[in-house]
Amino acid sequence: MDISFQMRQNEVIAIIGASGAGKTSLLRVVNRLDEPSGGEMIIDGKDYRDIEPVELRRQAGLVMQKAVLFPGSVADNIRFGPAQRGINLEVNEITQLLERVGLAGFAERDTANLSGGEAQRVCLARALANQPKLLLLDEPTSALDEDSRAGVEALLEEIIREQHIPCLWVTHQISQAARMANRVLVMDKGRLVKDGPVDEVLNAQSMVR
Amino acid sequence: MLSQWFADEFSLGIAQAAVAAVILLLFAFVLTRIKINLFKEILIAMVRSLAQIVAVGSVLIVILNGPILVGGLVLLGMMISAAVTAARRVKGIPGAQRAAFLSIVLGSGTVVGLMTFLGVIEWKLESIIPVGSMMINGGMNSCALALERFRAEIQSHTDQIEARLALGAEPKAATDGYVRAAFQASMIPRIDSMRSLGIVWIPGLMSGMILAGSSPLYAGIYQFVVMAMLFISSGVSALISVALVQSGIFSEADQLILRSNNEIQVRAR
Repeated sequence: MDISFQMRQNEVIAIIGASGAGKTSLLRVVNRLDEPSGGEMIIDGKDYRDIEPVELRRQAGLVMQKAVLFPGSVADNIRFGPAQRGINLEVNEITQLLERVGLAGFAERDTANLSGGEAQRVCLARALANQPKLLLLDEPTSALDEDSRAGVEALLEEIIREQHIPCLWVTHQISQAARMANRVLVMDKGRLVKDGPVDEVLNAQSMVR
Repeated sequence: MLSQWFADEFSLGIAQAAVAAVILLLFAFVLTRIKINLFKEILIAMVRSLAQIVAVGSVLIVILNGPILVGGLVLLGMMISAAVTAARRVKGIPGAQRAAFLSIVLGSGTVVGLMTFLGVIEWKLESIIPVGSMMINGGMNSCALALERFRAEIQSHTDQIEARLALGAEPKAATDGYVRAAFQASMIPRIDSMRSLGIVWIPGLMSGMILAGSSPLYAGIYQFVVMAMLFISSGVSALISVALVQSGIFSEADQLILRSNNEIQVRAR
């Protein structure tokens, strides 16, 4: 993978490209689940290797394609991130987070009994519980059926807009990119082939099609 | 019948081995008649096992008459060989060999040391070497089982572990549950064999003591003592081995490096 770009505060960047283009790898490197073979990443003027991986990951909330929940209750899952820093979330904080993602009353539900859409909402609430400074979304709706997809997408759009969280959003859907992003990165075979404002890049893309 | 013909123990032993070997070969021959062709393997295994055990017997004659330090060296040799055997079963876990060696040394070493000090094992080579070798063997089995299970747990829960890491969990917190699961799984055979002791099986040590003329009651009680020691040394080995490799499956930047082969291929595409 060979990629270079800058991201500004409050920017929502959509990343598009064929599968295997390196979109997921890019998010994994930013979250430092994988190590880049070279190059550098600067966050607020600081080399990201100088930030403790644990701290970096907390600040870069990652929502993966597949909703991976831990065994136990929904509330246990929400509590997990803050608990790693010794913070015990209050019941009302959990309630608020769940209301935020449209799952009021789900706190004590067993994660084994959730639908795909509900599980993905819990993943999002769980990432938000860490109060991330950046959201990394890896096609969070691609594994969902049509109904839950629309719901989760609307929710994500709302949260990003309201909370002004900068966001790297890997998506297949050009329409979604057009609605949400300020900027689009197009990747192909591990390289960045286009980087620009939404209209410009997407118009060029649709002309290619 | 044989003992009437052979006066001394050595020639009696040879005669008994010959009878056992002939019957075993007959059985192998019968197998070939029903198209199960294991004759060559059985023959090789038989000759090997006989040669090995005779060699061990001869070495033991020399060792048991030597100084106690020799016993220590013999046990050390066994521990190294046990560690190599255990680690061979779990290729792919970084540091498995070192972890296996340390855990077997600590597990069997502590038990043999403590029990000898307390007088449960007699302070003579005839006791220390056989009991020590049983502890090492137990430690080896549990350590291999625990490491193997740990690897399987990690490889089948990669996404759970990475989800925990991504939420800011330390590697230890992300994998402690799998350490516990691996340890518990490795202890199941030990618990089962303790539970069924005497009902399902009469173990080798007890049978041996009875054959050698001990009272069956004392032989039974001593067998329990050995089982308890075996449980402790196996448990200590299993726990230490998994705890030692736990951090080794992560890179310096807390990235999970132990993955299933499948996944590596998928992600490399």
